[in-house]
Amino acid sequence: MQSAVEETARTEPHVSLQGAQFLREQNKNLAEPGQFGSLAQSAERSYKHNQQIIATIPYFQSWREQAHQIKRYAIANLDKLLVEFERNITARGATVLYAQNAQEANEHLIRIIREHGVRTVVKAKSMVSEEMEMNHVLEAEGVRALETDLGEFLVQLAGQRPIHVVTPALHLSAADVGRLFQEKLGEPFTQEHAALTQIARKHLRRQFVQADLGISGVNFAIADTGTICLVENEGNQGLSTSCPRVHVALMGIEKVIPSIRHLPVFLHLLGRSGTGQKLTTYTHLIHGSTPGRKLYVIILDNGRSEVLRDPKAWSALFCIRCGACLNSCPVYRRVGGWAYGWVYPGPIGAILTPHLVGLDQAGKLPFASSLCGACGEVCPVKIDIPHQLVHLRHRAVEEPSPVRSWRERLVWRLWAWAMCHPWMYRLAMGMARLGTRLARFLPWHPGPLGAWTRGRELPQPPPGPNFHTWWKKHAHELKTFPTELPSESPGS
Amino acid sequence: MHLPDEPISNRPEEAVSSGKNSDSGVPEHGTEPGAGPVPATRREYPVYEPGEPVALFVPCYIDEFYPHVAQATAELLTWLQVPVEFPGRQTCCGQPAFNSGYWKEACKVVHHFCETFAPYRWIVTPSGSCAAMCRVFFGHVDPDPRIVEIGQRVFELTEFLVEVMGVTDVGARFPHKVTLHIGCHTRRELGVSAPPLRLLQHVEGLQYVELPNVEECCGFGGTFSVKMPGTSIAMGQTKAENIIRSGAEVVVSPDISCLMHVEGILRRHPQGRHIRCMHIAELLRAEQ
Repeated sequence: MQSAVEETARTEPHVSLQGAQFLREQNKNLAEPGQFGSLAQSAERSYKHNQQIIATIPYFQSWREQAHQIKRYAIANLDKLLVEFERNITARGATVLYAQNAQEANEHLIRIIREHGVRTVVKAKSMVSEEMEMNHVLEAEGVRALETDLGEFLVQLAGQRPIHVVTPALHLSAADVGRLFQEKLGEPFTQEHAALTQIARKHLRRQFVQADLGISGVNFAIADTGTICLVENEGNQGLSTSCPRVHVALMGIEKVIPSIRHLPVFLHLLGRSGTGQKLTTYTHLIHGSTPGRKLYVIILDNGRSEVLRDPKAWSALFCIRCGACLNSCPVYRRVGGWAYGWVYPGPIGAILTPHLVGLDQAGKLPFASSLCGACGEVCPVKIDIPHQLVHLRHRAVEEPSPVRSWRERLVWRLWAWAMCHPWMYRLAMGMARLGTRLARFLPWHPGPLGAWTRGRELPQPPPGPNFHTWWKKHAHELKTFPTELPSESPGS
Repeated sequence: MHLPDEPISNRPEEAVSSGKNSDSGVPEHGTEPGAGPVPATRREYPVYEPGEPVALFVPCYIDEFYPHVAQATAELLTWLQVPVEFPGRQTCCGQPAFNSGYWKEACKVVHHFCETFAPYRWIVTPSGSCAAMCRVFFGHVDPDPRIVEIGQRVFELTEFLVEVMGVTDVGARFPHKVTLHIGCHTRRELGVSAPPLRLLQHVEGLQYVELPNVEECCGFGGTFSVKMPGTSIAMGQTKAENIIRSGAEVVVSPDISCLMHVEGILRRHPQGRHIRCMHIAELLRAEQ
């Protein structure tokens, strides 16, 4: 059985989207809903659960504001706080390594692996490792990396990528998991949750003990105490970070918070926003390395400092990866996480990915939203996602990106010209109205018209005059209520 | 939105000490479950003095495709003794270009809007989404305080009636089963979700039915509806199914743009084709 796990881990086809392929995938996937099993229902359930929990806490909004302010301070003072964090954790035996990009981070990791003669790796959940495409790199190095987070384990077995930042296998039902275990691990089929958990446990437990190196992410890096905080529900992070003799923690530069006094508000928010729990089952605070063991912290920039350059967008770095915006997003629920083409899906992906991989590649992402604002409403650190989406749309048409086109620019220039000349506006709108009335006689609808009528009837303008004309004729006939207003004082 | 020129506190303690409720020992009790998130701030509304003229802003698609909505709005306001004026040079608020990223082009249109409406203290529009463009987003395309100030004068119709004028009963009668859809810009950018409901509660004979998943987007999203049509239609179908499930004969909204999309889908739905879509102004004019 164990060999099946090894086999799958080794041959996992890691999807790496680059350049033109990335764009093609985005164009194809964002515009059309896909079939992702239970994804839509599960995400919606999480969203509603989260809303119910929040409704029971009168001071939730004040927590959000506090968290926002703490992150605001932290991101504005990254230079000081990262150095403070490094100094404090190094004093207790850890080694801190900085990496400008994913490649440098992978080089650090490979150096550690060679130095310690590592053969097998157990990996707790880390989104940064996805950015680094770490499994792929380790595989090339001849090292077996096993995902130990249950959801990550499942998508690794299935040869897929995570569909969600918190619940990577949200699209798989219990029956799907049963079939996956039957096929890949040779277990008898079951869809009992407890039985499935036992199967996963049986296959994973031994790996923790045998592994030479454990890799984890970091939820919060606390500067004043030099502490890494990790939260989880399954216990795999505790095992991954304590069983093997070497622990490598991967973090983005934005994970640092000033003081341990600031941690509680984030723990309150993260559990509730992520999974609707008051607190996650385990909260680990790692203060340094113990004798005989090694702790490395790799701090990755990978485009994050670029976000700091954009004063309207830097709050995207406040993200604590709770996934609440994904669950709330009606677009994400329909197109799924893979449609976003890179590591971070959903609304946060739509504002973060263009910074991290460049607008020239991910310029289409900010357009994958109806701007409904649900994400901004649920974000526990009050990132103004909806306004950042329009800001990035603006940047995407001004800077080199796949959505910048001179044709579209010309259309909007003409539109703006018409809208600044009332006579032209009325002519253009009159033509639009006539066009809409005639369109239903056309056998085929081109462009946006065709996109509309694919699933919708066109509006049917009434035969009478437009409002401008009506007003000229009838304004003097408008009637006033003859007596006192049936009114009520405001707020009564 | 945190703009770059805002000072950043150098003392995180200030931010933290501002709310002392974060101790885990505080018992959790409060609002009833299901009430949804509380808006972070409640807007303070200016006072409307009776007899002050109100400029009517009629969005482009209402002007040509739904002129009866604008008529109903003008009639309703006049009926409530509000002197209505209609600046003839008005065109668009600039939202289509703004949401598509073309802010330079949107800026020209915003300037035209501000020139046209500069003489008016009160500007009312029967579209929450256009009101949000004026009040929330004008400052994004041009931070000039004069532009922002004119944008601040724009109110959505139901918001103006209930929050500014204090009117909840307009003397309408509409004996039908009605459900309410509020556009996302109206609900989240303007924070207007109570006024339309309060107006409906005072309509004689009206039977209000709750819309399941009321806060979920209908999928219109302006150019989103034709740029990502598959996703937009899928979202609209969910909304249409929820409207059918509510059992309503009429779906009413302060945003006729959402209804243009939802109605288009309902017309193709075997169980939904008989459901009427109306702007709330039309309903409030019924049998007055």
